[in-house]
Amino acid sequence: MPSVSMTVNDKQVSGEVEGRTLLVQFLREHLGLTGTHVGCDTSQCGACTVHVNGRAMKSCSLLALHLDGADVQTIEGLADGDTLHPMQEAFREHHALQCGFCTPGMVMSAIGIVNDNPDLDEKTIRHQLEGNICRCTGYHNIVEAIGAAAEDMKG
Amino acid sequence: MYDFNYQRASSIEDAASKHAAADDARYLAGGMTMVPVLKQRLDQPSDVVDLGGLGDLTGISEDGGAIVIGAMTTHHDVATSDLVKSKIPALADLAGTIGDPMVRNRGTIGGSLANNDPAASYPAAVLGLGATIRTNKRSIEADDFFTGMFDTALEEGELITAVSFPVPEQAGYKHFPNPASRFPIVGAFVAKTGGGVRVGITGASPCAYRQSSFEDALSGGLDPESLKGIEVSSDGMNSDIHASAEYRAHLVNVMARRAIGG
Repeated sequence: MPSVSMTVNDKQVSGEVEGRTLLVQFLREHLGLTGTHVGCDTSQCGACTVHVNGRAMKSCSLLALHLDGADVQTIEGLADGDTLHPMQEAFREHHALQCGFCTPGMVMSAIGIVNDNPDLDEKTIRHQLEGNICRCTGYHNIVEAIGAAAEDMKG
Repeated sequence: MYDFNYQRASSIEDAASKHAAADDARYLAGGMTMVPVLKQRLDQPSDVVDLGGLGDLTGISEDGGAIVIGAMTTHHDVATSDLVKSKIPALADLAGTIGDPMVRNRGTIGGSLANNDPAASYPAAVLGLGATIRTNKRSIEADDFFTGMFDTALEEGELITAVSFPVPEQAGYKHFPNPASRFPIVGAFVAKTGGGVRVGITGASPCAYRQSSFEDALSGGLDPESLKGIEVSSDGMNSDIHASAEYRAHLVNVMARRAIGG
């Protein structure tokens, strides 16, 4: 089987995978990083969102081998010890989750939205969240959390 | 997903030779359509030749009166390019409407055009601007490139390297998105170019096409009033749970007018 090497959450990792092994399978089944969720498995819901070379992408639609040498960040890599990332803290503070299934993807997408949009308003947040589906919250608190985190991340 | 032999190309020539040597190979660009297709077992290639390592297929430059976009350039990079935004803002706008942010971060212009999905956005711009598709073998004019549903003039193993878009005097794009998938139910790209007015339509039919009746009507200038009352036949148009052929035919006119401020 071919081998793949990449950086995941600042650690060098490698493994033997099949051509068809998806990045999300590599993360969850090979590395045990089960924070990245598989929701729809058809690249619609965004629960599997991770960052690849600094950009938000859907890990259910990427081949692991495709990302040989890439720098991948998952939800597990955000917190600094017991200190949550400002986006995680904002989701907690604003009650931006109920069942929590979409949350890892929401948080990773949200950080991408803040990084891409220096002047973030509510309309932009709602529009940019189009690739992430939440069936519990109605999005309202997610949008509030992202707006609040955008202010925290500026500082 | 059925398994396949994964190969990574080190150059354009290497990609072509790996493709030719395999039983039934496919090129892999961003994979935003290809990987879901493989997952649904709609295709079963023997080999997948990954173009991800080919840095010379990425980038946006100005060449004479045209903007040249490398085949592996992502939708995000087109949408946010200062060069595209200043020279062909309608093209940047179009790229910014494709999929969602995660898809735009990965999906490529070359992959989209090679796939020629009936509802893809880029074909409207390629036809509307009269772009030229550059491949590893030749250059193909927009009017010769799109040959049918999921079908193009590309030969087996032929690889798109770049797309050259002539800078228009004026251009606009508007689409009516499917509220779930964001794919255009109908999209219209209208441009006033050195070669006259061109109108590229996507989503309405099995393959993107030029609406020549609109081009004639707009020849005196891009005035949306000129399109009022021009009927578009629904014969042969797509009809599905999202929209009937008649509805799509109606939208062709509405989107074209909106593309030029109507």
